[in-house]
This record gives sequence, C-alpha cells and structure tokens, in this order.
Amino acid sequence: MYKLSACCSMACGISLHPKMVLASLRIRKQGNGHRTNVPRNVNLEKLQNNYLFPEISKRELQHMDKYPNAKVISLGIGDTTEPIPEKISLSMANYARALSTADGYRGYGAEQGNQALRKAIAETFYKDVVIKDTEVFVSDGSQCDISRLQLLLGSKVTIAVQDPSFPAYIDSSVIIGQAGDFQDKTGKYQNIEYMPCGPKNNFFPDLATTPRTDIIFFCSPNNPTGHAATRKQLQQLVEFARDNGSIIIFDSAYAAYITDDSPKSIFEIPGAKEVAIEISSFSKFAGFTGVRLGWTVVPEELLFSSGFPVINDFNRIVCTCFNGASNIAQAGGLACLSSEGFQAIRSVIDYYKENANILVDTFASLGLNVYGGVNAPYVWVHFPGSKSWSIFSEILEKTHIITVPGSGFGPGGAEYIRISAFGQRDRIIEASWRLEKLFSKEKNPF
Amino acid sequence: MSLMNSLSTSMISSSSSAFLAATSFNSRTHIVSVPVKGINVFKCVATPQEQRTAYKTKVSRNENIAKLQAGYLFPEVARRRAAHLLKYPNAQVISLGIGDTTEPIPDVITSAMAKRSHALSTLEGYSGYGAEQGEKALRAALNSVFYSDFGIEEDDLFVSDGAKCDISRLQVVFGSNVTMAVQDPSYPAYVDSSVIMGQTGQFQKDVEKYANIEYMRCTPENGFFPDLSTVARTDIIFFCSPNNPSGAAATREQLTRLVQFARENGSIIVYDSAYAMYMSEDNPRSIFEIPGAKEVAIETASFSKYAGFTGVRLGWTVVPKQLLFSDGFPVAKDFNRIVCTCFNGASNIAQAGGLACLSPEGLEAMQEVIGFYKENTKIIVETFNSLGFKVYGGKNAPYVWVHFPGRNSWDVFSEILEKTHIVTTPGTGFGPGGEGFIRVSAFGHRENVLEACRRFKQLYN
Repeated sequence: MYKLSACCSMACGISLHPKMVLASLRIRKQGNGHRTNVPRNVNLEKLQNNYLFPEISKRELQHMDKYPNAKVISLGIGDTTEPIPEKISLSMANYARALSTADGYRGYGAEQGNQALRKAIAETFYKDVVIKDTEVFVSDGSQCDISRLQLLLGSKVTIAVQDPSFPAYIDSSVIIGQAGDFQDKTGKYQNIEYMPCGPKNNFFPDLATTPRTDIIFFCSPNNPTGHAATRKQLQQLVEFARDNGSIIIFDSAYAAYITDDSPKSIFEIPGAKEVAIEISSFSKFAGFTGVRLGWTVVPEELLFSSGFPVINDFNRIVCTCFNGASNIAQAGGLACLSSEGFQAIRSVIDYYKENANILVDTFASLGLNVYGGVNAPYVWVHFPGSKSWSIFSEILEKTHIITVPGSGFGPGGAEYIRISAFGQRDRIIEASWRLEKLFSKEKNPF
Repeated sequence: MSLMNSLSTSMISSSSSAFLAATSFNSRTHIVSVPVKGINVFKCVATPQEQRTAYKTKVSRNENIAKLQAGYLFPEVARRRAAHLLKYPNAQVISLGIGDTTEPIPDVITSAMAKRSHALSTLEGYSGYGAEQGEKALRAALNSVFYSDFGIEEDDLFVSDGAKCDISRLQVVFGSNVTMAVQDPSYPAYVDSSVIMGQTGQFQKDVEKYANIEYMRCTPENGFFPDLSTVARTDIIFFCSPNNPSGAAATREQLTRLVQFARENGSIIVYDSAYAMYMSEDNPRSIFEIPGAKEVAIETASFSKYAGFTGVRLGWTVVPKQLLFSDGFPVAKDFNRIVCTCFNGASNIAQAGGLACLSPEGLEAMQEVIGFYKENTKIIVETFNSLGFKVYGGKNAPYVWVHFPGRNSWDVFSEILEKTHIVTTPGTGFGPGGEGFIRVSAFGHRENVLEACRRFKQLYN
C-alpha cells in the first residue's frame, strides 16, 4: 500500500501543514483493482512532497473556498500579470494566421530553435561575450530545460545548489537519481551539496568550505533571495568550478531585472565558457509564463572529462526528447528582441520593479529585515526564530495574501518569506497596506 | 511579411544535430559523420594543436548517451538531404522522408490562435502560467471527442507539447530499472529515450539491437502483429497503431490479446495513437476501446498529424486512475509530479488552437486535411503496386512501407536520393526489422507527390 503522505501535501519535514488530499486526483481504495507488476520508480518515492508551486496554488484555492468573499492577493507564485505588449502579441497573431497560407505554413522547426531567433538571442544578450547562435538552444522554458540538462548529465553526477534555491534543481536531481534519501532532521537530500546563502555571507556561498561536486546550480539574480551576485563573486565561482573541474549551470532568468552593474550573464566572466552552461527564459522577461519560451547556452568549449563536447550530447537530447518550442511562441520571441519590442518589455519590467520597491519600502518601514527586491522581482523577508509555513499561514489567514514560505526553497529558507512583485499596482498597494496593518499591530507577531 | 521570411525553418540547422561522435574530438573542428553500414560517408577527424591543451572539466559523460549509436534518425535524414542539396544545388528535391505536414492549417484553428495571441495584450485576456496538466476546457474537449465511451475522465488527460516529449517524460516516470519491449520496426524515440534513461545495455552490432530491450518483430508474415507467445515479459510495452513506420493498424482481436498479455504479465502498455484519425478501416482508434485496458495502458496522442501542428506543438497523454504500480501507487500521480516539475504546460496559444480543432467546424476541417494526405498515400501506394513492389501500410496511416527484398535499406535510400532526388526514410532507422524496407511518407503538396511518383516510375520501370 502506498504511503498516503506521499500524495498529500507537506506531510513531513519541518513545521508543515496538516495533510490534505489532492482534490484533482481521487485516490481509490485499492481493494480489488488490478495492479501491474511494474515497480514504482524509487527516485520518485524519494520526493518528499508535491512540487512547491502547485502546493501554493492548492492553498490559495482552499483559502478562497474558506473565504469566498475575501479579496485574495497573490504574491506567491511568480506569475506575471501585465499584458504582453501589443507589438509582440501582434507578431504571434500574424504568424498564427500565416500558418493558414501556403507561403506562411511551417511544419517541424529545427529542434534547436528558429535560426533567426537563435541569432537574435545571441546578439541581444551575448554580443560582447561572443556566444554563437549555434550555441543557443531555444526551448519551452527553463523548468523544462533544467530537466533536459539532468537527462543529459545522468544519475551518476553530484550536484550543489544554493540554499535556498528554486526547487526544480533539487527535485529534478532526485527524479533523475542523483540524490540519496531525504533526511527529516536536516531537511536535505543526501548526496546533494547545499551551499547556504544568507545575509551573513552576503548571499554567496563560502566556497572555501564547499566540497567539490560535478555540477553547481547557481541562480543570479536569485530566486528566492533576490540577490544578484557581484562580478567578484562570480569570478570566484568560475575559478572554483575551474579548479574542481565542475560545470556551473547558471540560471539567469531574472537578469533583465538587474538595476546595478552586476553581471547579467556568467559568460561575462573570463573562462566561463569552459565551465558553464547558462539557462534563461522569456517568462519573467516578456510575460511569457503561459506562452512558453526560453533558451539554454552551451558553449562549444565546454567539455566532459573525456574531451567530448557537452553541446553534442545536449543537442542529442534536444533532438530525441524534445521537438522544438512552439513556432508561434518563437515568433513572439523574435518580436520581443526587436528594438520596439524590447523597449515595450522594459516598461513592463520597470512596472514590476516599482512594485518590488513598494514592497521593500513597506517591510523596511516596519523594521523587518528585508532583502532582494532591487535586482529581482522577489522580496525576501526575514522573521528570525520563526517557522516559514506558520508565517505563511498567518499572513494568509489574517490578510488574505498568498506568499511563499522560505522553507519551500530549502532549509536555508526556514525563517523567511518570499513575496513576489508581480501584480497589478493597486493590488500591490493594497497588499502593502494590509501587511502594514498586520505587522505594525504586533511588534513581534510570532 | 519580413518576420515570416526570417522565420522560415531551415532543415540545415537540423543537420547540426548530427553531432555524431563515437570518439572524442574538439568541436572547433568539423562535424564528423558516422560511417553508416554500407554507405561510405566522409569522416573527418581533426586533431588541431589546441585539442591537446583544451581545458576539460572533470565531469564524466553520461554513459547512457554514449551508448547511442548515431544521431537521432530524422536529423540524420535531414543531414543527408542537406548534403544532397549541396551536391546538386539545382535539384528539385522532394521530401517524402520525415513525416512533416505541408498543408496550411484550417482558418478556424489559426484564427483561434490569433485571437488568443491578441487577448494576451489585454487585461481581461492576459493569462500567465496555465495548469501544467493543460487548460480545463481543452482537457474536457479531448475527453469528449476521443474517449467519451470509454470511461476515461477529464483529469486522466494531460495536455503536452507533443508525443515525442511525452515519451521522454514517461521514461522519466518509469526510471532506469524497468524493462521495455518495442515493435520492430518502431518509431525511434521509444528505443532512444530508453537508452538515454539507462534501461538498456550496449548496442549489439551483430544484431543491431540494444541489450535488454525486447524487440517484437512485426513483418508481413505475422501481419505486423508480434507473436506474443514468443515475447518475453517486460515491464513496459510500446505499441503504436496505426503504426509508424509500417502503417499497420492492429485489429480489435489483436489488441484484445495485447491487453490480455499485458494483464497476465503485469505490464504497462504505452499505446501511441498519433495516427488514429488516419484509420480507414474499422480498427480500434484507442486502446481504451478494449475492456480492461484502463488498468494496463497509457495512451499518447498528438495534434501534429491531425492539424498540421508539427511546429505549433500540442499533444496529450491519457493515464487512467486505474493504472497502478506493483505497490498499488497510481501511475497518474507520478506522471502528474513529473508534469509539474519537469514541464510547465503547453503553450497557451497552441492550446487555444487545440480547442478550436475540436469544435465541430474544426473537426470537419481536420478531416479534410487528413483526407488530402490520405489521397496522397493512395497515389503512392498505387505507384509502387503498379511497379510490382510489395507494399504495406498506406490504408490506415500516412506511411507507405515498401519492401526491397534482400537489399540494404540505407543503400536503397541513397539510390533513390541520388537518382530521383527524393528523400525517403530507410527502414533500418526504425530497427533491424526494417531492413529491406523503405518508408515513404505521404505528406506533401499534391504536385510534389505526383512528381515523385513519376520519378519512381522512371527509376523502377
């Protein structure tokens, strides 16, 4: 009999909420039903909970059921809210319509992506660092690319992640078989190196005390902390990877939110091409969270220990396990990178950044320790000595605002709440007002 | 208009996928092509000065990927086509190789996609992340159109960006410790994804099979249905009907036996129904037409060949609640977890198109396009028949499986390409059971298909 806890939410680990059954999958009592003789994948058994963000969605729905008249404000899942600039959606509409014409119809595209788009990405984001269009692989988004990279790397490599970090790195690692068992005591999977990132170390791991792993996942600007690594920090990281013969997988999905002169790409660091892969996305850049478009850069210079180019194997994965991003989405992507499109997108990004400013100001004015929000659309608020799921619940219950509990991103997030800055201005302001009311009422609410 | 032109896909870039390497080399040098059996293809192995001093990481290559013999089949075919065009720049090459749709998508479908695109620029119409399992309306429509009589429920359906991607996601669900069986010949993604996942042993050159995969021979002699009494038990059985490449459609009786076989062995059938709408005869379109199938089968399907969505990217997979692992855990739960973690939903615009496909007008329009390709298939079948070839398929699928007894299929492929400038697909690309066969796909503009048939007649008369 399978463990009920495995299909319910947050039934284990650190201070999690009571068990709840997934509404969408009614699990029947398996009395007389036929069972196959196919063993369940032990790696999937290792996964502790459901993926973080569907969990948050579920809580939101439950809360709305409980309080049908409440005006719930979602600052949880980082979902974009502002319409896509017209020039871009128009290109997609035109491309779609053209598919009905003899001249405009297109079938299978190159699995690596449309050539013009690959070129545009290389020129827009990597012009100074000389990445070639042939090193750019267009995809349907970073979450998918992360898993394809794991398929590429296989079960026998070791990984390091920042702690806290975007949960897909760890979850995909467990799924592919790189990780050991989850340890309730520490809240960590065995065989994964967790590199703590917090205010004490300026959100950059102490590499001198970090053991070698084959792969290092690094996200900057960071989800969830919002920290953008400095040039000096990234130089250290590249050097560390080089010394250890490791591969960095650099997630630059939020690069467009950088305000200061922090590097936007790992390839700004000399030597990075021989040690790093970069993933990125149109999701938060262009509001393409539903449209689905992203890319991965694998430099030709990146070699396995045998000298075999990583790009060759990634290409093989892309051709075998994928069939290209939607051609309509790619048309949109190309429009995003036109000068007019790019300008329009910048306005939307600035809008979200102003949201982040407002949220940062709100928390700062309450005397709370707040991080991020300057180079990323996430605000990372510290509640020392607290349990993040409890705070999440309190905020939800008392202000009807959805956030994300920091422990969802790893044990390093245990005392933090992530607040995302996507949303319509009036709701952000409303949320700020509600949060002010809640936290100023109680000096030390928890 | 210029945007469209700049978006014309180039098969040449597909050729860059033929990064074939049996040995390590520095990619600053030229692309190496693998010598394929019977064909002498150029092989460049360069060892520039830099290679000896080039920085290498200490990360080992995934040994599973190292097991793969060559590039994925279709980029290989594309590479040959590109090389041929270089050789004969003025040749009117006709592509009956990769099964790529060519006819425009009906208006009712594209206008829905255009509408959704425009809506994304409005406050009311903007949508961000969609449910990873797919938009509710689309799931409901798919269920209603394809599975209404079979007791499948809406939430058993998972919308995707296509069957090829779903196959790999299913492999991720199953993991490396399962065994699998495929038809021989079969669509190469089943075998290749299995190798990548670590389910197989090494490729055995003498039999042209990967160790640990059960190849179920499908030939004219056995009516393209395996003799199950000789098939060893495996955890997973991939089965495609109507079949790519043979075009064979399994009968109700055959599928009943297959379901029975799976049931007795406690196996899971992954049933690929991507060509179901091409069926002319009375055969089952869905595995779930067979009683008991819900407890032993997953079905995967695609809009690619129905709606010309090969570039738009949309498909779906059905995982019934009743399908359980040996410990009783529902397979759908794990599939859902993979979908939520390793995927983020099909493009919302593509899904809007999918919904339009399933409207009465959309269904009618799709049937028309399918009918067009079926007419192409008929013409090709008649051509080869008239030339005295033994021809299979073509009735229930857009593929014609032509027998060239005693001949090496890559040789025939090359000969056809060289002498008629027609691209086909060599049977061995689909497994050793494809030796002696050529797959001719029926997607193409009518005039190209007619011209191709004229050239076939010229060559083989």
